[in-house]
Amino acid sequence: MINRRRTTASLAGAAALALTLAACGGADDLGGGGGGGGGGATAGGGETDCSAYEEYGSFEGEKVTLFSSIREVEADQLQDTFTDFTECTGITVEHNGSGEFEQQVVVQAEGGNAPDLAIFPQPGLLQRMVKEGHVVAAPDAVEKKVDEGWSEDWKNYGTVDGEFYAAPLMASVKSFVWYSPTAFEENGYEVPKTWDELMTLTQKIADEKGSDTTKPWCAGIESGGATGWPATDFIEDMVLRSAGGDVYDQWINHEIPFNDPQIVEAVDMAGAILKNPDYTNGGLGDPRTIATTSFNDGGLPILDGECFMYRMASFYEAQWPEGTDVGPDGEVFAFYLPGMTEDESPLLTAGEFVGAFNDREATAAVQAYMASGDWANTRVEIGGVTSANKAVDPELASSDVLRLAIELLQDESAVARFDGSDLMPSEVGAGSFWTGMVDWVNGSETKPVLDQIEASWPAS
Amino acid sequence: MDFFLYSKFGQMILAVIVFAAVVALLLGLAQLADRYSGRSRTFWMVLLFGGPAAFLLGLGLIYPAIRTTVMSFMDRNSQEWIGWANYEWVFTNPDSLQSFINTFWWVVLVPTVSTTVGLLYAILVDKSRFEKVAKSLLFVPMAISFVGAGIIWKFVYEYRGAAQEQIGLLNAIITGIGLEPVRFLQDAPWNTFFLIVVMIWIQAGFAMVLLSAAIKAIPDDIVEAARLDGVNAWQMFRNITVPSIRPTLVVVVTTITIATLKIFDIPRAMTGARFDTQVLANMMYDQSFTFGNNGTGSALAVMIFLLVIPIVVFNVRQMIKNREVRGA
Repeated sequence: MINRRRTTASLAGAAALALTLAACGGADDLGGGGGGGGGGATAGGGETDCSAYEEYGSFEGEKVTLFSSIREVEADQLQDTFTDFTECTGITVEHNGSGEFEQQVVVQAEGGNAPDLAIFPQPGLLQRMVKEGHVVAAPDAVEKKVDEGWSEDWKNYGTVDGEFYAAPLMASVKSFVWYSPTAFEENGYEVPKTWDELMTLTQKIADEKGSDTTKPWCAGIESGGATGWPATDFIEDMVLRSAGGDVYDQWINHEIPFNDPQIVEAVDMAGAILKNPDYTNGGLGDPRTIATTSFNDGGLPILDGECFMYRMASFYEAQWPEGTDVGPDGEVFAFYLPGMTEDESPLLTAGEFVGAFNDREATAAVQAYMASGDWANTRVEIGGVTSANKAVDPELASSDVLRLAIELLQDESAVARFDGSDLMPSEVGAGSFWTGMVDWVNGSETKPVLDQIEASWPAS
Repeated sequence: MDFFLYSKFGQMILAVIVFAAVVALLLGLAQLADRYSGRSRTFWMVLLFGGPAAFLLGLGLIYPAIRTTVMSFMDRNSQEWIGWANYEWVFTNPDSLQSFINTFWWVVLVPTVSTTVGLLYAILVDKSRFEKVAKSLLFVPMAISFVGAGIIWKFVYEYRGAAQEQIGLLNAIITGIGLEPVRFLQDAPWNTFFLIVVMIWIQAGFAMVLLSAAIKAIPDDIVEAARLDGVNAWQMFRNITVPSIRPTLVVVVTTITIATLKIFDIPRAMTGARFDTQVLANMMYDQSFTFGNNGTGSALAVMIFLLVIPIVVFNVRQMIKNREVRGA
């Protein structure tokens, strides 16, 4: 009898342990489950016009897995773009988002457990996966869509050693300056059109409004383990302006050294704003506070009138507190960070790329759909993002800032370049360039910092 | 079948069923093994109950340890042998050397200070009227994750220019008494010590709880005998309390030391390991996963492993010694 009771007890204990284990496994979300609702979401019944989806073919009950760093609301929005596609082609797209995407996608591919498709936020990571033999070349249908919808530059970011692998998906504009239209109006400030105008305006604000607590500019580059990236964006914008697109390309490809005199000049151009105690850091203290202020909070003193300008990408729109009036006449809005002259419009961009891990027909169909102008329009209309696809109608954008971003992205005359730190080897692009900029903002001189970054560039 | 494979609840039920089945199988086998007698019975029992544990230990610990060691002699993609180059990098790269120096300070200060604080606190509150409340106060930080503690302390250390309104607690006090605000997280080498304070804040509670329990376990007759002999407080502490709780002290110090060698979250959350606050474990993570350099990352992992070994050996030897003393 005693024996029997003991067996029951240990079984109960085992079951409890298993429950705990299962709960842990469930929360992990890496196991592929979860999704599955794609097909069922097509409510409304039979009204969908399937003619636009005929070209992708017809599949019955096939499933394509998609892995990305996109989570929460954005993940739902992404899933919604496949509603009609699933109904018309029969392919269910199962999306999985993870905050540890960059590390996990490598682990999954090496473990022979790769998803069908992945959305790469950095061309550098895509290249690494291609070189390790995991990502397969894009099918012709995808390449055709990309030739139709995107510029040569955008196609190149998805190309490795002359072979095309991944179509661009969404894009963001980094060359933005957030400001307060109402504050500008009150003080009679004009949105600057050239770099000189910008610096003149900066000096004017410093003279008229400058005090120990109020400065023309705000800045913040803290971002946890990624601290420093907003400063690298600023530098990249400066290189595009002072040295031009060609030098920029040579710089990120290491055809000229990282500490080339032209780059020193560009960094000092950023330093004229970031390291000048009269110009930064509004509401927070001296320029050294930039290094410890999170980029999320960096622009908020604009609302208190403690600073007037904050250089940050289009996605900063999400950081303004609820109820902030964002618009051309509102409390905050963004203007394009000017070039040296009014005719030049260098543009720093970033974006995502869809690469495939196998050549199944269903995978190719989803990949082709995601490369199409139809997908881009569907996604932009849902809101919150922009695309550089030429087919995108700016009127569909969900806000004025995003509309401005789409117009800039579609501007053929713009010298558009991709975020350089995403293209450099990660020791530099996510390493010494970030840490170097933190040291630089923290008080180090330009030349020694750039020398140090140059020394860290990997040999091969 | 779809229900079990593709829904979360189904997966959970499936996991429970599989686990219960495995346990039932093991118990069934144990019953069978029970029928043997003598030596073969011991053999089967060891195999049955020790086998799975040994297998999982090998799979999850020993194999990865060997693989990491092998990878530390290979290039960044673990494809070609490059000899000692990764170790050469570990001992010449300025960031890496900085992380050794910082980790050294962590390992020296956190175990000693938090154990001392925990011990003194445990003795002071022992048998006092507020013992329970006082102990919970020190123990609460133990319940907070390292990242959470890092974020809390980031606010405590927050710096604003002298002309601004201070939002950080410490700088509000400092400026309140008329001094200049301090950049706690930005000025090396002091910032490392301000990070170390956070870890001490967490670990002191752990030390206190264990040591308090050990103090309570000291037999009353020993204490009474000492009192009759007329010892003062210091002699009591030096000759009775510390020797009696020595095994627990060793466990506390070694456990905290091992945890400190692996410290990763606090520098990452508070300074992003910038401003010369890099530590070994964070450096290893950056090298392996952010920069994709398996070689240098593995070499750093091996270094941490080598540094932990003497502490573990010391710990085990102490335990054996204690057993001898107790005559068991």
